[in-house]
Amino acid sequence: MANIIKDGTINLQSAPTISSYASAVGKKEGEGPLAEYFDYISEDVTLGESSWEKSESKLQQYAFTNALSKGNFSESDMDFMFAGDLLNQCVASAYGARDTSIPFFGLFGACSTMAESLGLASVFVDSGAAINAAAVTSSHFCSAERQFRLPVNYGGQRTPTAQWTATAAGCAIVSPHGAPPYVKAVTVGKIKDMGVTDANNMGAAMAEAAHDTISRHLANMGQSIEAFDLILTGDLGKVGSDILIELFRKENVDISEKHNDCGLMLYDLKKQDVHAGGSGCGCSASVLCGYILPQIAKGNLKNVLFAATGALMSPTIVQQGESIPGISHAVHISAF
Amino acid sequence: MKMTNNEYDKLTKKYSPNTKMYLTLPKAFVIGGLICCLGQALFNLYTYLGMTELHARSVTSITLVFLSALLTGLKLYDKIAKHGGAGTLVPITGFANSVVAPALEFKTEGFILGTAAKMFIIAGPVIVYGILTSVVYGIILYIFQIMQ
Repeated sequence: MANIIKDGTINLQSAPTISSYASAVGKKEGEGPLAEYFDYISEDVTLGESSWEKSESKLQQYAFTNALSKGNFSESDMDFMFAGDLLNQCVASAYGARDTSIPFFGLFGACSTMAESLGLASVFVDSGAAINAAAVTSSHFCSAERQFRLPVNYGGQRTPTAQWTATAAGCAIVSPHGAPPYVKAVTVGKIKDMGVTDANNMGAAMAEAAHDTISRHLANMGQSIEAFDLILTGDLGKVGSDILIELFRKENVDISEKHNDCGLMLYDLKKQDVHAGGSGCGCSASVLCGYILPQIAKGNLKNVLFAATGALMSPTIVQQGESIPGISHAVHISAF
Repeated sequence: MKMTNNEYDKLTKKYSPNTKMYLTLPKAFVIGGLICCLGQALFNLYTYLGMTELHARSVTSITLVFLSALLTGLKLYDKIAKHGGAGTLVPITGFANSVVAPALEFKTEGFILGTAAKMFIIAGPVIVYGILTSVVYGIILYIFQIMQ
């Protein structure tokens, strides 16, 4: 039964299993270093749809149906679906799930949504409120650009600190304790705003949120960095990752050996012209569900602290001169 | 450890790379220059074909706008502009791109509420403040002429 430790950290006593997982990505992501691990790579960014929003919904459906079939589940086995994306009113998720009849929670945590949905699904399963719960998130470069920035064909230049919204989706299904990977604990993020107003520097806006959540998780669980093989943030990118390492270094903790970031793993930063790295709900979702979870299931990774990060940025509020709040939720995923 | 926003800002600046101006400035100069050379070549061609200077100027602008719109539709203009920067933004081609790109992008929301309504989301401010500035300069010129 899930129980609160303190200050946002929930211990999952039964250690529910992530029983199935799948990822679906776009062309650019399918040319990146993790290409061989993805379940589905679309050669066409439109996925045969007439709008970018529909393309994103379809990508999310691919991830979900793939996860169902890989785990030998049928739709009726799912008690709840926790889904989220970057778009206003979470439309990619709502329309993606329109043809299902699964009780649905729509979530917005910007790029942290994969950790948010996985954490909630795990708490539901651990507490007995659900037998099986699906956590699914997505993002699409083109649907995000037109909502948050500029038309795709506009000839603007991106700053060196800008990140590339991934065209990707991931789905993880949480079930009662069985085979690894297991979800051991969840730390819920707090809103952290360090006064960053540059909408092209999301990494900086999110780094303190990741620092706070990881620190709290370790303190609340009585663990040290050494307990983990990997501290996986997503998607701080290059700038945010450097800031995060420095924030810990100021406290005499060296996380550089243990840390990696989904935004740095999804693309080849030197060859793929993504500037500071990847971002978007689908970035950490596809890296987690495509690459990390299979590594934990095989035992190549023992303990991973998955701390997805989100910049809760609204173009309207940023234009009003406000700074960008960040959030990070952490999920401890273990092979034991 | 509690960090102030000021200290955090210093940290952000430390790790945020700046634009490599030694690369971007020459590229903008060359690409922008090439667009201007193309304009001059078109102008020479049109006058050679017997147009008056006034007509040749207008037709040159129209040709550049057409080429920019075509390249935007073919998804090529933004690839050039990635390197061109202000070199592709400042000439009339940049203005055409800024109108055509949203017109194409938002056509999924229909020709009225999409294409037509969103067509000027980027160029709109340029038009508004361009006209406003021309009015202000016109008034200044008028006052000077009265004083003479």
